[in-house]
Amino acid sequence: MIKVENISKSFEDNHVLKGISAQFEKGKTNLIIGQSGSGKTVFMKCLLGLHEIDSGHIYFDGNDYQVLDADGKMAIRRALGMVFQGAALFDSMNVLENVSFPLKMFTDQSTSEMMDRAHEVLKRVNLKEEAFDRFPNEISGGMQKRVAIARAIVMNPNYLFCDEPNSGLDPKSAMIIDNLIQEITQEYNITTVINTHDMNSVMEIGDKIVFLKDGYKEWEGSNKEIFKTDNQAVTSFVYSSDLFKKVREVYLKS
Amino acid sequence: MKHLIAIGTYLIMIKEVFKKPTKKNIMRSLIFKEIDELIFGSLGIVLFISFFIGGVVAIQTALNLENPLIPKSLIGFATRQSVILEFAPTFTSIVLAGKVGSFITSSIGTMRVTEQIDALEVMGVNPLNYLIYPKIIALLMYPFIISISMYMGILGGFSAINIANLSTSTDFIEGIRTDFNAFHITYAFIKTMVFAFILATIPSFHGFYMKGGALDVGKASTTGFVWTTIVIIIANYILTQLILG
Repeated sequence: MIKVENISKSFEDNHVLKGISAQFEKGKTNLIIGQSGSGKTVFMKCLLGLHEIDSGHIYFDGNDYQVLDADGKMAIRRALGMVFQGAALFDSMNVLENVSFPLKMFTDQSTSEMMDRAHEVLKRVNLKEEAFDRFPNEISGGMQKRVAIARAIVMNPNYLFCDEPNSGLDPKSAMIIDNLIQEITQEYNITTVINTHDMNSVMEIGDKIVFLKDGYKEWEGSNKEIFKTDNQAVTSFVYSSDLFKKVREVYLKS
Repeated sequence: MKHLIAIGTYLIMIKEVFKKPTKKNIMRSLIFKEIDELIFGSLGIVLFISFFIGGVVAIQTALNLENPLIPKSLIGFATRQSVILEFAPTFTSIVLAGKVGSFITSSIGTMRVTEQIDALEVMGVNPLNYLIYPKIIALLMYPFIISISMYMGILGGFSAINIANLSTSTDFIEGIRTDFNAFHITYAFIKTMVFAFILATIPSFHGFYMKGGALDVGKASTTGFVWTTIVIIIANYILTQLILG
């Protein structure tokens, strides 16, 4: 579980996060949603330790990240897996090398053990074996996302972060990636935090949703509750399209 | 103020490069890869440029020797001195600031733009050590390139003189051997090592701390090249004053 208490972050005079508190549950897919510029990416980068927060606390399973020593912070880092928006696979490595990279860096496993583990997670994300020795620019966007997920889970993380995991994908691939992340979250019992714009993801896999607006937490709840909310900011963002308005009407009637 | 902040950030970067080292076996393979790309990958252009620069220096010296009292061996002497003291270490370094420097800036800059550096950081890898340290170590072999550049420059001079029939081989070789001071080679190698460090770190700095998208990678490469060249020229002046002055 990740608990965030009153965190703020500014870049010079630009106050991006203004005292956000939230809780991300273990074994659930936790979504951060909001308009562009609402502070979602900065919020996630603060959780990842890529930005230092100005004030507040971030607890990883009760451990306050801010007061941990370098070794403690490193231990938390090693328990994180991250799927970046553009997959962020290393161009100079093939699929198998990308996935086994964290194992090479941080474990003393033999080459065969590392390869076995990399094969195992690549098969878990349903990647065909003929793609294993291809380079990132030789595979499709959907396959790149699968490889990125495989790389993120290869070290058995406790926390999985995904920054817009289905952006740039066709609807079917996007749904497959969403479902894959949800399955992995439940199967490995990890705390998953997903930053997304995609309303399909919100409806399908949003066990817990945190809605940000102008650097504040405007609303939080589940994908069931988001149908019922009368929060103006949430409804105008989530139900901005006619299709979702109709979906909501049908849901509320039923 | 902007430049002072950049210098401060550069110095902090250098300190961080040597912290939290990457596992030895991984670092070894990274160093070999960098040696292949930065050292052996530059040999062709260095051989080509050095040969022709040496040739031009010899021809220009020969064409300016109109006084019959000045011995023809001066052509070999002038070629040797020019090539060893300046053309091989400094001119080659400026050429490589373009070739190696822009490669380093653009490859690290692309990693920044595509979040590969963020991925390293999230994993708990020190990206500065992982990306820049192997380049610094690989460029310790830079004197190897400069030695070959010196040889090719003098060979270029020798060939040009013979082809244009401006002097005899005997005179040229006598000039090469006249008043040879071995310390000049030491001086050239000291400069070379400093230039190697500059070549590895300044383009890396511009790539690592770049902001923006693909277009900005190109801009960072150009800025990296300009600053690498400026620093090499200033370092050349200071080192020459300190060592030979």
